Amino acid sequence: MSEHIMSSKFYYTIWIALLCLTVITAAVSFVDLGPLNTVVALVIATIKALLVVLFFMHVKYTSEKLTKIVIVSAIFWLFLLLALSMADYATRLLS
Amino acid sequence: MSDSPIAVEQHGPELLHHFVDAEQQRDAASLGMWLFLATEVMFFGGMFCAYLIYRYWYYNEFAAGSRSLDIYLGTINTAVLICSSLTVALGVRAAQMGKRKLLVVLLLLTIVFGFAFLAIKGVEWYDKYKEHHIPGNAFNVDDLVKDYPQIHIDPRHEQIYFSLYFAMTGLHALHMIIGVGIFMFLTYYAWKGRYTPKYYTPIEMGGLYWHFVDIVWIYLFPLLYLIDRKPLR
Amino acid sequence: MATAAISAERENYLNKEYGIRSWLLTTDHKRIALLYLASITFFFFIGGFFALLIRLELLTPAGDLVQADTYNKLFSMHGQVMIFFFLIPSIPAVLGNFLVPLMIGAKDLAFPRINLLSWYLYIIAGTIYLHCIVTGGVDTGWTFYTPFSTAFSNTRVIEAGISIFIAGFSSILTGLNFVVTIHRMRAPGMTWSRLPLFIWAMYATSIIQLLGTPVLAITLLLVVFERAFNLGIFDPTRGGDPLLFQHLFWFYSHPAVYIMILPAMAVESEVVACFTRKRIFGYNFVAMSSIAIAVFGFLVWAHHMFVAGISLYSALVFSILSYLVAVPSAIKVFNWTATMYKGSISFTTPMLYAFGFIGLFTMGGLTGLFLACLGIDVHVHDTYFVIAHFHYIMVGGAVMGYLGGLHFWWPKISGRMYPEAWGRLAALLVFSGFNLTFFPQFILGYMGMPRRYWQYPPEFQVLNVLSTAGSTILAIGYVLPMVYFLWSMRYGKIASDNPWGAAGLEWKTSSPPPTFNFDEEPEVTWEAYNYEQIPAPAEVNIER
Repeated sequence: MSEHIMSSKFYYTIWIALLCLTVITAAVSFVDLGPLNTVVALVIATIKALLVVLFFMHVKYTSEKLTKIVIVSAIFWLFLLLALSMADYATRLLS
Repeated sequence: MSDSPIAVEQHGPELLHHFVDAEQQRDAASLGMWLFLATEVMFFGGMFCAYLIYRYWYYNEFAAGSRSLDIYLGTINTAVLICSSLTVALGVRAAQMGKRKLLVVLLLLTIVFGFAFLAIKGVEWYDKYKEHHIPGNAFNVDDLVKDYPQIHIDPRHEQIYFSLYFAMTGLHALHMIIGVGIFMFLTYYAWKGRYTPKYYTPIEMGGLYWHFVDIVWIYLFPLLYLIDRKPLR
Repeated sequence: MATAAISAERENYLNKEYGIRSWLLTTDHKRIALLYLASITFFFFIGGFFALLIRLELLTPAGDLVQADTYNKLFSMHGQVMIFFFLIPSIPAVLGNFLVPLMIGAKDLAFPRINLLSWYLYIIAGTIYLHCIVTGGVDTGWTFYTPFSTAFSNTRVIEAGISIFIAGFSSILTGLNFVVTIHRMRAPGMTWSRLPLFIWAMYATSIIQLLGTPVLAITLLLVVFERAFNLGIFDPTRGGDPLLFQHLFWFYSHPAVYIMILPAMAVESEVVACFTRKRIFGYNFVAMSSIAIAVFGFLVWAHHMFVAGISLYSALVFSILSYLVAVPSAIKVFNWTATMYKGSISFTTPMLYAFGFIGLFTMGGLTGLFLACLGIDVHVHDTYFVIAHFHYIMVGGAVMGYLGGLHFWWPKISGRMYPEAWGRLAALLVFSGFNLTFFPQFILGYMGMPRRYWQYPPEFQVLNVLSTAGSTILAIGYVLPMVYFLWSMRYGKIASDNPWGAAGLEWKTSSPPPTFNFDEEPEVTWEAYNYEQIPAPAEVNIER
């Protein structure tokens, strides 16, 4: 964790960004983008998550590389579970 | 002293005997909490996996179920959690600067937001109960079948959506309740003056946990509420 | 020997405080290790008792000892008790807890109170499981496959599920403690490349515990919910997929076998190095292979599902990956063997177990490759071939590693030597009993005898009788150490600080160690396994 103390204005900015993105994602869901709806929703969710992780959880300002390795590993492992399981389901009808 | 098995709290600001110095103690706590959050990612991840597969199989039912959720309450709840993350982040900052009273206020606000989230969630669940959308013997989705004549809704598959809805939001709510409990302890000790600019690790660690629970919801919201809100033709 | 006498009278972690409170409320990692030792030994005998009944039933082709339903419960609970309450905790919670801080030069683990919590979670889980046993047990197979476990079984599935769920958290917290300790609390000079390979392997094990166990936890939770609230997530008549359960279950349960074997490999490295008096050949390769096993182990789980109905294409991918995961294990076996070349070998009890480990683990591992081959697996899946395969690894490998480790570090743990002659006898009984029990099962499986069957065609009887005979020898081999370890605590020869002349920080402190491990914080200026600098002890305590 960084000892760097951020200004409260900085946190308020992130907060506003998160609220805006929330409204946007809810609003966009009413627009027909076909399969892109899901993509957009997940992209926005990921941006919000990144804002929380990097700024509220101070990961952007930490000098501790291990923290970032732990985060990336967790996401990667989840991805392994999802991807390799889907590999079965997505190819069943091909057999 | 906190009995919560998950919180990585220390006995006050004194150095614990097995650590060499305060920095080692703090670094250990931090790594410990991040590793714990990694386990939580995998814990929720199992349900995300189930969700992914059944949404792939039963998209129509998932879409219909999603539409039956109240998007306004869901959006408000998302905003509530975002506000609570703000108060947590500002709280850590207050601790860093030694502002005890401000810290206590922010922690209390966080708890209030937490309760607000849980209350709204309770309302949503009650709505589902009234609509007979809770899986079990009283489960009945004739209303959804009627609302979407253009797509075939299989009530059995619809039940899978709602099972996952309750399992995922339920597990999330349980984590919120634990979080509120942790923050009550933190508020008490903050009020007692235990946290100083030299030692505020429990606030930081509690904050990390709280932000994580927020992030889970950041993903649950679009996945459960926003599957398909396109205007029906 | 003067130092030995002084050691025993000096204040150490055993005699520092007496009384049950000092044990039940301890945060000393060494005492917690002993708490675990007692509890897992208890469950080992419970699981062993179930095994005994299984083997008795299988003496005759007819089902005549117990009813079919009871037999289902026996093999299910044998598996669950042995895996979740014995094997998974064994080396990590006993030897790992005891040795990790000592080996890296720390005073304790990073989170001593969480360590104690781990043990209490284990005890709570174990108590619930005991209650489950006496109120009817489980008959779903240790694997809880759906929809039988969720919709049809009339046994205590929910209770067993909750019990193992809690045990899982015990495991997670142990892993978390080790990772943080190894990263943050190494003594000055103890760089990563100077760590004993034991630590590398425990680290890899902990990664698996952290990332895999939560998935088991959520899966069991879903089974409990499904059964309690009649949900339908895994029920095919309602659109659920039983294979989803299997994917989620095996995502943990395959890496779980690496949780069970990596610590035994950890022990192997230390024992082989000491009793060949050489640095382990290819230190970097062995260290990296531990990490590789942990990572690759997560990529192969669906090889348990080849005939369950997964797609052929994903089966191909998992088959190839399953072949690859054997490579790092093979690297270890080659390196241990290469270490022995031109080494100065002594055949002490730990070394006998180490030899047994290499041979039996290799056989188990190679037969795993048979199973990874899709064509062969179709033939031998769900037969005794599989049972023999995993018992070679888990018993021939993991349990022998555990016993070898217990013997090797017994002087450090208790301050006493066990009687060497009895130790060797027990090792030989275990080795021969084990092979007689399980080798016939390879043949039985290949001939077609299915697993989990209560009765079988008469042509399989001879091999089954051999197997049961072997199991009685094996049982004696297991009981002996219990008896002489206990005996040694009172009457055993007092051990010196380093009776084996072994390398490693744990041997630089007294036997048993003081509560805070070292009188002064060690500073490490030497490489691991510096056997050229350590004199071999004359007549390494081979006295009777």
